[in-house]
Amino acid sequence: MRRYFGFVKKEFLHIFRDFRTLIIIFGIPAAQILIFGYAVRTDIKNAGIAVLDLSRDEITKRLTGKILSSGFFRKTEDLYSYKDIDRVFKKGSTKAVIVFEEGFGRNLMREGEAGVNIIADGSEPNSATLVTNYLQAIVNSFNLELGRTGTASAALIVPEVKMLYNPNLESQFMFVPGVITLILILICALMTSVTITREKEFGTMEVLLVSPLKPIQIILGKVTPYFFLSVFNVIMILLLSWLVFGLPVKGSYVLLLAVSMLYILMALSAGILISTVSTTMQQAIFISLIGMMLPTVLLSGFIFPIENMPKIYNYLSAVMPPRYFIVIIKNIMIKGTGFGFVWKETLILLAMTVLFISLSLRKFKIRLQ
Amino acid sequence: MAPVIESVNISKKFGNITALYDVSFEVNVNEIFGFIGPDGSGKTTLFRIIATLLLPDSGSMKVLGLDSVSGFKSLRREIGYMPGRFSLYQDLTVEENLKFYATVFGASVEENYYLIADIYSHIEPFRKRLAGNLSGGMKQKLALSCALIHKPKLLILDEPTTGVDAVSRTEFWAMLERLKEYGISVIVSTPYMDEAMRCSRVALIQNGRILSVDAPLKIRDSFSRRLFRIRAGDKYSLINALRKYPETVTAFPFGDSVHTTFKGDSYDNSLSEYLIKCGLTDVTIQETKAGIEDRFLELMENSDQKNTDQIF
Repeated sequence: MRRYFGFVKKEFLHIFRDFRTLIIIFGIPAAQILIFGYAVRTDIKNAGIAVLDLSRDEITKRLTGKILSSGFFRKTEDLYSYKDIDRVFKKGSTKAVIVFEEGFGRNLMREGEAGVNIIADGSEPNSATLVTNYLQAIVNSFNLELGRTGTASAALIVPEVKMLYNPNLESQFMFVPGVITLILILICALMTSVTITREKEFGTMEVLLVSPLKPIQIILGKVTPYFFLSVFNVIMILLLSWLVFGLPVKGSYVLLLAVSMLYILMALSAGILISTVSTTMQQAIFISLIGMMLPTVLLSGFIFPIENMPKIYNYLSAVMPPRYFIVIIKNIMIKGTGFGFVWKETLILLAMTVLFISLSLRKFKIRLQ
Repeated sequence: MAPVIESVNISKKFGNITALYDVSFEVNVNEIFGFIGPDGSGKTTLFRIIATLLLPDSGSMKVLGLDSVSGFKSLRREIGYMPGRFSLYQDLTVEENLKFYATVFGASVEENYYLIADIYSHIEPFRKRLAGNLSGGMKQKLALSCALIHKPKLLILDEPTTGVDAVSRTEFWAMLERLKEYGISVIVSTPYMDEAMRCSRVALIQNGRILSVDAPLKIRDSFSRRLFRIRAGDKYSLINALRKYPETVTAFPFGDSVHTTFKGDSYDNSLSEYLIKCGLTDVTIQETKAGIEDRFLELMENSDQKNTDQIF
């Protein structure tokens, strides 16, 4: 036991003495939360639109006003002819152009129908879809208003869509669980695999092997500091996302922390497994990044929905531990569900952890060859 | 008393390369047993097999009465190992390194301090310094302290003084000699011939084979010919000239001179005439006493004529 504590103390000294390690452990999580939270958004705020109003009547002015006062859009410029549309898109800050046909108001009054054209910049498909959806929604609600005030005989059926759990479709709801999943893989798998291979590369493993330390003592000694730092990280990320984005945790904190600890253990044992198969730090970094980080981003359902992927990726994603954790953490944080709804995923994570630990214990070399 | 190490026909291959070939020797209690041989002769591989870090392909290695393969767990408590490459934690201080190794081996710095006092006292003033910032000599002193702190019965030192200044080397060896008093046996490899003279016994090793095992003085005295030390202004031309001289048996560079042996163990005037004809100036020829290195070169020459050239 004294040996184990001596080892843990040594590991903490390594961590706190290395500036780069500290940055990775504490700087990157905070930076990622802020970057993902602010910069990478799937909702829109202040998207630039240009208006080509060929009618210039009371109603087009009201509709334009409604669009601009929604908070989602700001006007980049007023256009006067179709020829300007291409030019304004090429400038870049305009995401969409709204075109009111000539005599828009008159047509609406007389015929109960008027044309508005929404032209979006298709070179950025994601934002184009978002912008047009938002614009359509605003036009629809305007329609409804007109019908209600009797300005136009708009016998329209407008579907009212309500987003459960995340009514405004705030992207932080999506990203915070994703970032936690990613950060934990990064710190746990990458850092542990690197610190063990570092001992191999610097030759200190040779001396450790000659010592009476058992493999399990070396492994546990390596893992313990990172376990505590990762738990600390989860708490830090949750606190940060609550303070900055006002993201609440709807479910139980205890459950959330408990499954996070399980996930941390899983990632740590994956890191150890990586270190047993690689001889240099570079190799360990490569395997961790390509084998763990990339799949976490691409295949876990963090950014791209798994359901929409081709079958083969679907199967691939099934062996990615982060996929299950994302489901669990989203359920607990956003929907507030209890353990009853996530026990299956938890069990899968547990099985993977056991598998990784037993594999690494078997693969851990007690000699140099 | 039973020998500390009993090596019987140890062989080890890495792929197609044979690193050790039927290596047999014994190390007695309280000996400082030296291994001398060029780089790549198999010293490190042999030490790693003794230290339970590698498995031999064949043969048996008994260390402290235990088999180095099956008894590795108990053996690892009893040996102190200092690898050839500096392998302490560079980002830990001197003191932290020492304490860590003491803890890992289940010992404490205080109880065994007397063992390392002589040498650790030199680096103690820098105990708060990071090990990575120590000079070469101090690093090796710290590494030795760390390998000794759990009072092992056998100390395995792989080229401990390579890259260390002359004064530190002397201190280092003075300390090794004192370890006898505490019943600690030492095996050590070194490229320095003057250090070989300080060992109780020396094994000459080349291409994975042991050429000779004996006390250093006996090895030196078994040199079979009369040896002449020849100097000239241009040493390189001198060697080439001597090697072409028909009466020469061997000619090896040694410091600023060339150690040479001749057929019939003597030379005549024709040698000086020949050397002057070769354009050499300031030629002096003197008989000299063979050192351990001369004997080593002689043994190597005899054992494997083909491989000598590629080593030197």
